[in-house]
Amino acid sequence: MSCFLCNSSLGKKLVMSVTGCCLVLFLLFHMAMNLVALISPEGYNVICSLLGANWYAVAATAGLGALVVLHFVYAFILTINNYRARGTQRYAVTANEPGVEWASKNMLVLGVIVILGLSLHLVHFWSKMMLVELMGQHQNALGLDPTNGAVLVAFTFSKWYNVALYLVWLAALWFHLNHGVWSMFQTVGWANDTWYPRLKCASKVVSTLVILGFAAVIIGFFVFSLCAGACPAAGVCGGGCCGH
Amino acid sequence: MNFKLKIWRQKDAKSAGAFETYEVKNISADTSFLEMLDILNNDLVHAGKEPVAFDHDCREGICGMCSLHIDGHAHGPSQAVTTCQMYMRKFKDGATITIEPWRSAAFPVIKDLVVNRGAYDEILQAGGFVSVRTNSVPDGNAIPIPKADADESMDAAACVGCGACAATCKNGSAMLFVAARVSSLAKLPQGRVEGARRAKAMVAKMDELGFGNCTNTGACQAECPKQISIAHIARLNREFLAAKLQD
Amino acid sequence: MALKLDSKTPAGELSQKWSNHKAAIKVVSPANKRKLDIIIVGTGLGGASAAASLGELGYNVKVFCIQDSPRRAHSIAAQGGINAAKNYQNDNDSVYRLFYDTIKGGDYRAREANVYRLAEVSNLIIDQCVAQGVPFAREYGGLLANRSFGGAQVSRTFYARGQTGQQLLLGAYAALNKEIAAGSVKSYPRHEMLDIVVEDGEAKGIIARNLVTGEIERHGAHAVVIATGGYGNVFFLSTNAMGSNGSAAFQCYRKGAGFANPCFTQIHPTCIPIHGTQQSKLTLMSESLRNDGRIWVPKKLEDVEAIRKGTKMPSDIAEEDRDYYLERRYPAFGNLVPRDVASRAAKERCDAGYGVNETGLAVFLDFKTAIERLGKDIIKQRYGNLFDMYEEITDVSPYEQPMQIFPAVHYTMGGIWVDYNLMTTIPGLYAIGEANFSDHGANRLGASALMQGLADGYFVLPYTIGDYLSKKIQAPKVSTDTPAFDEAEKAVKDKIAKLFSINGKQSVDDIHKRLGYIMWDNVGMARTKESLEKAIKEIQALRKEFWSDVKVVGTPDSFNVELEKALRLVDYLELGELMARDALNREESCGGHFRSEHQTEDGEALRHDDKFAYAAVWEYKGMDVEPELTKEVLDYEFVHRAQRNYKD
Repeated sequence: MSCFLCNSSLGKKLVMSVTGCCLVLFLLFHMAMNLVALISPEGYNVICSLLGANWYAVAATAGLGALVVLHFVYAFILTINNYRARGTQRYAVTANEPGVEWASKNMLVLGVIVILGLSLHLVHFWSKMMLVELMGQHQNALGLDPTNGAVLVAFTFSKWYNVALYLVWLAALWFHLNHGVWSMFQTVGWANDTWYPRLKCASKVVSTLVILGFAAVIIGFFVFSLCAGACPAAGVCGGGCCGH
Repeated sequence: MNFKLKIWRQKDAKSAGAFETYEVKNISADTSFLEMLDILNNDLVHAGKEPVAFDHDCREGICGMCSLHIDGHAHGPSQAVTTCQMYMRKFKDGATITIEPWRSAAFPVIKDLVVNRGAYDEILQAGGFVSVRTNSVPDGNAIPIPKADADESMDAAACVGCGACAATCKNGSAMLFVAARVSSLAKLPQGRVEGARRAKAMVAKMDELGFGNCTNTGACQAECPKQISIAHIARLNREFLAAKLQD
Repeated sequence: MALKLDSKTPAGELSQKWSNHKAAIKVVSPANKRKLDIIIVGTGLGGASAAASLGELGYNVKVFCIQDSPRRAHSIAAQGGINAAKNYQNDNDSVYRLFYDTIKGGDYRAREANVYRLAEVSNLIIDQCVAQGVPFAREYGGLLANRSFGGAQVSRTFYARGQTGQQLLLGAYAALNKEIAAGSVKSYPRHEMLDIVVEDGEAKGIIARNLVTGEIERHGAHAVVIATGGYGNVFFLSTNAMGSNGSAAFQCYRKGAGFANPCFTQIHPTCIPIHGTQQSKLTLMSESLRNDGRIWVPKKLEDVEAIRKGTKMPSDIAEEDRDYYLERRYPAFGNLVPRDVASRAAKERCDAGYGVNETGLAVFLDFKTAIERLGKDIIKQRYGNLFDMYEEITDVSPYEQPMQIFPAVHYTMGGIWVDYNLMTTIPGLYAIGEANFSDHGANRLGASALMQGLADGYFVLPYTIGDYLSKKIQAPKVSTDTPAFDEAEKAVKDKIAKLFSINGKQSVDDIHKRLGYIMWDNVGMARTKESLEKAIKEIQALRKEFWSDVKVVGTPDSFNVELEKALRLVDYLELGELMARDALNREESCGGHFRSEHQTEDGEALRHDDKFAYAAVWEYKGMDVEPELTKEVLDYEFVHRAQRNYKD
């Protein structure tokens, strides 16, 4: 029992499915939380403070980190196995099988883009918030208050290149989730011919919802940065964060 | 019709192979793909050259012996048929057709287009059976089986063991093949008895033989000549995980 | 010296013979079984079921097949179903009725006791297969479904969609796998038996060629079982698989085993017609189609012309202008007459000029009435896969236009002579399934081949082989280092070397095709004295041509399909002649053997029970020497032989 998660193909897939599921749930939560920033920067900061350097938030972050690492490491192990299983001699001609999603064959590539995006994201936010707090400092590298998340959001998304990078990241995430969400049901065996269309539809709804939610915040803050005075975060930053 | 054929030639398992190009002429549209190869081979024999080795037997789509990766598709561009059931009218006159053997680490090439699919036999030997002795069985009607279950079992049992699933899977995974057997027996009360043992043993053997992991692309069901659904893979996953969680 | 034929048929009441026999024969103790080796050649229904059952009993079994896996054997292609006398349909079926239908269907040329035993164990087969997880078709109540088949007036055929053979074989193959996993059976795929080794008058093993490496191997055993199917491919075009061949059986014949009724060939009525000269095989459309399909040709020759020219579609022909000739000639059985009768009736219509495709060799099998009566959905459920297959091959949808069908060689009732124990005239050598001659007489009924293969393998051979092996418990392991093995191996190697040395101009297939034409034209559906004599001469000439002008490319010590085909053709070239000789000898018409000189006024087969109520068993005397005939007289104690009547 203990080791089938490490040495059986289906066990490894189960790990992918369960970690993936947790990460999807986290994304949904994160997306919902971000939307608050659009409506009420103060409220957003309250959430940020709850998720600051508290023991439970740190523990959850560590757990989350572990999930990402597990999901990622297993993906690599599985991919290496799969590459070997394909043999040394490859087909000279390949074609697309009808009905096969592009994303399903490119999950690793998409995953790598997602991870790169995540690193950027950690640099942008986590290192300037929770990490700063954990180190006991009261000002991050940008000279902002680490508990004032809204200001950081407004600052980051006032830069067009950040917006562009984040949107690419989200696009990759959409494809990744689109296959990943129904796939995790398939892997644990909760699927059949009747449910495939439903699960695939649900996949599209969830991935689109997640991406739209995140994108709304990013684009929203970028637009605000273009129109001085419209920024809802102005109340918490004093108007200085994005140069207005 | 005339065709140019790019065919993988390989002397034996140890030799390196390469593509060679041949031409076949005046082929009737009603000729089957393998008959077209027969014609090529007969010409090669007359020219004193070794004919192209390829696996085939029943030529009615049921024995599972024929293989061939044709223009990027296992069993060729037609859907839901084996190579032997594909006819030249499916191709454009004058086309160049690329013919390769199954490519998968678990299916080494024996010669030209012939591969060794013994790994599938080994997987079935690991547990793809019901352990009943000859003659120690109850009456055929002793256990009623819902028609829907019997039908679903039959859907999975239609697998011909040709190897197209693993050959076409980008991961070289044999899951559809394993699932077809596990699922077929899992739907019947006779097979249920040792369902847990079977799922574990067959998956373990599949892993041991070096097949890849299923990533749910569905390419296998798209190329399966018997159109076996990946719903059977879901059932295998369920059977396996349930069995493991009880350990 | 003529063959000694002792059928070992047990005495007593028909229904008690098998029980009495089982009680009388010897058994081998488990401790001794472990010491005994058995070789089984072929892994179809007979071979796989026998190997599994014998392995289970504790014998050491080696099983050989030419394909890459035991599961590929041609039993897999049987579509329609398997008969059993379960009487689940309450239509007054019984063991006796199945026995009677089978012996009548075989035109009274089978051994009564064997056929009765077959009917008797038929019920066990269904039980066994269900327990193995064979997904037979079921009714909504969860119980097994049946359908009707040619030559019977009851519904006793069990089926798994149109893939019954596949499912039964997968059952037997699974049982075999269970024993391979347990270590009692060792499997040798891609191995072809090239000779049987006989020492001191007993079978002691085989010479086999590893088809991958070309290596010639010796395998010794206390008994050898031939389960290699039929030899229909002597006709080049048949419904058999490309690899199906008669060579293993023919080597037994060469080494002294009697070969019985070689001329009894079944021509199946519902195959897709030939389309050109490059065709490699004929595709069967299941006989089950005759349950709902109606066979016809146009009544008027001008309609025939119009259809051939394509100016009229078959569906344009009015109902009153169609000749449903089977329903017309055989009102009681209609479209469900036995195969030989249906085939000959199709030939009769085509010979009269009513054949409907460009070659004039096709009749219609029409589902219009059935679709009107049952709806397209039900027809699709019943025959969907067959209809799709037909459309894939011919580009015509059977839902829109009738199928075109024509008879084709399908099964050989003849084979190695065996006694009631399934042992050949060589002690220790057994033949089961289609490879033997025993149960189908001159014609096999549909859905009976699967029954016979599994009956022999599961329920007959495992008992009867013990009777012989009980005498071998003191015998040590069979050594393969003996003069007999040396000689057999050398003969095989010489034969191979000779084939390569000819280096002529014709390919193996060129010659095989010509043999096929000779056979089909002269030893096919209707035979005459003249045609058979002509065939014998032509085959002899062709054989000479083969041995002087064949071209076999490649090397002996590698994967070499041309060599495999050449070795099989060597045997076909003698087997074809043997079939013609047997047909010439049998001056009567019975079942699948139709001598045009012997027919009733209305064109039915005319038997001569006074002269030919025997199995003709041939003994090999040399390649160009006439074989010697020995007769096993078929005493009918229980059934009255009558002119077969499917009219009323």
